[in-house]
Amino acid sequence: MTARARLLILLTAVAVLAAVALASVLHASARADRRDRARAGGPAVASGPVSLTGPGRMVFRNMAWGPHRDELTAVPAADPSGPRTASGVKCLRFHAAAGTGICLQAVHGPVSDTYRALVLDARLKERARYDVPGIPSRARVSPTGHFAAWTAFVGGDSYAGTDFSTRAAIVDTRTGRLIPTLESFRIVKDGHPHRAADVNFWGVTFADDDRTFYATMATGGSTYLVRGDLRTRTVTTLHTDVECPSLSPDGTRVAYKKRVRGLPEDAPWRLYVLDLRTMRETPLAETRSVDDQALWRDDHTVVYALPGDYGADLYTVPADGTGSSRRLLTAGLSPAFPG
Amino acid sequence: MYVADSRAGTPASAEGAVRPAGRRPAAVAPTVFALGTVSLVTDVSSEMVTAVLPLYLVAGLGLSPLGFGLLDGIHNGFSAVVRLVGGHLADRGGGRHKRVAGLGYGLSALCKPLLLVAHSLTPIGIVLAADRTGKGLRTAPRDALISLSSTPETRGRAFGVHRAMDTAGALLGPLVAFLILRATVDGYDAVFTVSFCVAVTGVLVLVLFVPGGHPAGTAPAAPPAERPTVRAALGLLRHRDLRRVAGCALLLGLATVSDSFVYLLLQRRLDVPDRWFPLLPLGTAAAFLLLAVALGRLADRVGRWAVFLAGHAALLLCYALLLASWHGAALPYLVLALHGAFYAATDGVLMAAASDGVPQGLRSSGLAVVQTGQALARFACSLLFGAVWTVWGDRAALAGATAALAGCAAFSLLLRPGSTSRAPGPPEGTAIP
Repeated sequence: MTARARLLILLTAVAVLAAVALASVLHASARADRRDRARAGGPAVASGPVSLTGPGRMVFRNMAWGPHRDELTAVPAADPSGPRTASGVKCLRFHAAAGTGICLQAVHGPVSDTYRALVLDARLKERARYDVPGIPSRARVSPTGHFAAWTAFVGGDSYAGTDFSTRAAIVDTRTGRLIPTLESFRIVKDGHPHRAADVNFWGVTFADDDRTFYATMATGGSTYLVRGDLRTRTVTTLHTDVECPSLSPDGTRVAYKKRVRGLPEDAPWRLYVLDLRTMRETPLAETRSVDDQALWRDDHTVVYALPGDYGADLYTVPADGTGSSRRLLTAGLSPAFPG
Repeated sequence: MYVADSRAGTPASAEGAVRPAGRRPAAVAPTVFALGTVSLVTDVSSEMVTAVLPLYLVAGLGLSPLGFGLLDGIHNGFSAVVRLVGGHLADRGGGRHKRVAGLGYGLSALCKPLLLVAHSLTPIGIVLAADRTGKGLRTAPRDALISLSSTPETRGRAFGVHRAMDTAGALLGPLVAFLILRATVDGYDAVFTVSFCVAVTGVLVLVLFVPGGHPAGTAPAAPPAERPTVRAALGLLRHRDLRRVAGCALLLGLATVSDSFVYLLLQRRLDVPDRWFPLLPLGTAAAFLLLAVALGRLADRVGRWAVFLAGHAALLLCYALLLASWHGAALPYLVLALHGAFYAATDGVLMAAASDGVPQGLRSSGLAVVQTGQALARFACSLLFGAVWTVWGDRAALAGATAALAGCAAFSLLLRPGSTSRAPGPPEGTAIP
């Protein structure tokens, strides 16, 4: 075959491949139109002021298709499937307590996405912003509103890199002082100091004393529930097989997702509650795999997200293992009861 | 199609491409450019996927990617075996380098559309493993083709040109991927489709523009004693030169800390802001890209082994800077430049050096043995480094690695495996006694 013929074959093939590539890009960009149109039968959403003070309100990331997708949205806590008020503030992850909010956002740059955490006041105005080193995963504000925490996935920079890690940060919202990673804390594992390059933290939850927090720590292939002390900068392991803990309002129990043996690799978690005094585990009545940091609506009920038609729906289940799960609302994620 | 081509004896081949005059420095063979183009295009394709994969798993599919890395150890061991198999297969039947390399590139290309249908961790893990198998298969035959298409005197430069093109592709890939994501809504499917089209283009360039089989007229030069059997491949280690090259690569590999540890140490010691963290590997890649050709040429001129060892001296300096208490603003740039220089002075140069000690008929197997030894040594170093970090902390681990690297480099200096294969090397086929 002559060089000319080879070149001709290559150019023809490249033209065909370029057409396929272009078609796929155009197809994917056409989705923008569909996304901005509200879908018939979906929740009704209207713009309006959203506040993080005052009881009886639930604020979450609205996942319903239409112009207000991804915005922080408020509904009456007593009627969660009622009309939604959208604030115009877009967040990937959100939580709020005592008039302070934390909002993890994507910033679309020219070359790649970056992420940031915004500390919000009661009227959703930005009070401070911090860089987040990777894709946001969890967000939490302390019951006092004085501390906020977030977790991000970091990694994937080698060839076919699959080695992901997490980074968990805590900020004092009064002083702005940031702990960029909990990996700087002293670790006490099973009574002994522990140091390892493979330590990862995620899923922080706060007590109401402005000092104690709980989180997941992973090292050596196992996950642990740790109790952290912000004053001594120490974390201590309490229990194994605990991910994304969430402390109950009375501070006695932790709701979490547990990797249960024998479940499929794709759906490995079940919701559990751990009593911190007796260390007794109670499986909750939700029978599906939950990959979320649950939230306590009150001392008896937890709220969590499951995948749904719009991306995610919110469900509730009793915290004592009785009853059954119930859908709270469709098309929502990252709820908070800030009042 | 290409089989018939290769039998027709295309003039684009290898040793024939080098100008006989020799007054001007010979140009890099067209085959090397073709292979460089294949690597560039393939790296654009694979790095597109790598760049969006975390985002796709977390934001696109809503999966938790943690624990995904647990399989890495198994993948590492498996891909070492695949590389040896690839090297051996390529040598059998009188030089099937192109076919085996094509198989590897083709397998990786086919994995891209499969990502469109894999929606949970296990299938995605399998697809990525297949992708890596393709990479493992093609590496040794491709490097063998590069070394067979260039004269011993210009081999360092040929590998330098190839590695520079390869790295350029790796830098372009993420850029293309994020441009697509920016132009679309949740356009991961578009990223995978475009990545597939790009990968197919790479395979086509290989099929159409890389001559197959042995370089015309040179195949019979290989003595019959080196028939490419498994035994012959193992017997390669009896050759003093190759044994020393492989031994030194292995020793130095044992003291080469994995990139991710270097970046982590850099971040910890210098308080690199989180938002810059993903840019650290780009710094290494940029330095690698800029220096690869120059250091390859230098290796041709002053000796490959000298440059290979100098590269490790750069790495040693890199470790020393990370250990030192100096915290100047220039430090991250210096560390990354040295880290990139280390790769530029060692990656392709080692293949050029190893080529001198391996007969043509066993070129793929020989290079695969060296690559695999080095990869396994680096993996062992990572495990050890992690363990020392766990027990004694990051500084102790780095100090240990620094001492080990200094020791291994001193020992390699004494061995001087390059002493008999200094450029300009002996003619093909006579290097082996």
